[in-house]
Amino acid sequence: MTLAKRIIPCLDVDRGRVVKGVNFLGIRDAGDPVEVARRYNEQNADEITFLDITASHEARGTTLDMVSRIAGEVFIPLTVGGGIRSCENIRALLNAGADKVSINTAAVTNPDFVYEASQRFGSQCIVVAIDAKRVSEDGDTPRWEIFTHGGRRSTGLDAVAWSRKMVEYGAGELLVTSMDRDGTREGFDLGVTRAISDAVSVPVIASGGVGNLDHLAAGVKEGGADAVLAASIFHFGEYTIEQAKQHMAAQGIEMRL
Amino acid sequence: MTIAIIDYGMGNLHSVAKAIEHVSPDERVTITRDARAIKGASRVVLPGQGAIRDCMGELERTELTGLVKELLADASKPLLGICVGQQMLMDKSEENGGVRCLGYLPGRVTRFDDTALDEQGQRLKVPHMGWNRVHQHHMHPLWEGIPTGERFYFVHSYFVQADDDAHALGYIDYAGSRAHVATGRDAVFAVQFHPEKSADAGLRLLANFVAWSP
Repeated sequence: MTLAKRIIPCLDVDRGRVVKGVNFLGIRDAGDPVEVARRYNEQNADEITFLDITASHEARGTTLDMVSRIAGEVFIPLTVGGGIRSCENIRALLNAGADKVSINTAAVTNPDFVYEASQRFGSQCIVVAIDAKRVSEDGDTPRWEIFTHGGRRSTGLDAVAWSRKMVEYGAGELLVTSMDRDGTREGFDLGVTRAISDAVSVPVIASGGVGNLDHLAAGVKEGGADAVLAASIFHFGEYTIEQAKQHMAAQGIEMRL
Repeated sequence: MTIAIIDYGMGNLHSVAKAIEHVSPDERVTITRDARAIKGASRVVLPGQGAIRDCMGELERTELTGLVKELLADASKPLLGICVGQQMLMDKSEENGGVRCLGYLPGRVTRFDDTALDEQGQRLKVPHMGWNRVHQHHMHPLWEGIPTGERFYFVHSYFVQADDDAHALGYIDYAGSRAHVATGRDAVFAVQFHPEKSADAGLRLLANFVAWSP
């Protein structure tokens, strides 16, 4: 086995500036996206993900400009998610230099959009975000459902069945975020990560809740994830990507060092 | 000196263009489907992304199939195939129920087995996505300065197997198969991975391509 597990720093961006949401509330400014991307590239990040939280439609052009500037300088894969609703959105982002797009709410409201997008642009660039929240009581067989609106609105969709469906519709990768853990720093929800990873043939990215380097390793070893995504532990200089990779490699995980 | 990236409507050409511009600021890099511009270029890149039937179909629709075959037969102008651009050089692909390709190299394109398990009993995922070690099977000017076993970035479900060992320039082993992820002969070098997304190793390979005089 020589395919390396990936570490993906995630940057929330608003109007072309990097911010970090904690539990999707309270936002702190953390710098210029091109600078941050360059720094992560130097630290040997395997990919970079941008989550566009720009609320106003008009200001979304700033994201395209930002992606274009980063793609001209940083030669590793770039994923952009947040508010993607049409093939035109996807085309614009890919043309600006994004390699993949992550589809979130639009996949829930219109699953055919995932099919259409993967047919048009290829599964390789279509990531579907799975925002899952545990709905079972402690002691019962664990069950998770898909939530939208930052974890506030239930859809009633079973997260594992939904993940399978999204892969059938053409998703090339799944970004699985635990809405219970996001922002808590208690570690990934390894149960939902494992359940989905075992259920689908495509790569799974674990997300939500990373507070230390052991959490990253557990996402791969216990969660069965192919990649791990984190924001704040890298963002404020607590750990470098390089330290995270060394830590994971020391636990026997194949990494690109 | 102009480097033409063939734009037949399939793939993220801007990343390739930006990466080549980055390693060779003195070259003119153009994204084009104009036959005259492609013929007049000193080097050509054949990219490709998505399903191979669509790639072959769009190449035909933009009336570039004949021109690409001419370039391949010409054997003097350096050509770099990337991703599906590598697969298209083969005889045929089993994707989309079987697609006839450009027939430049004997061999085929098949799908990874998505039921294979790794040593820990975990399922090997398809698409093969991420950074894998590329073993250099034959020496080549495009490998210069890049150690064998260096990691490059991949994202694909189908892979090339060349019939002739001499055409297999680099390989990976994944999901129980040996994939020839670098192939070529004469002035053609083609890779399954994305050099434009493979950080320093990828940029080095692109710089080697720009400097290559076969």
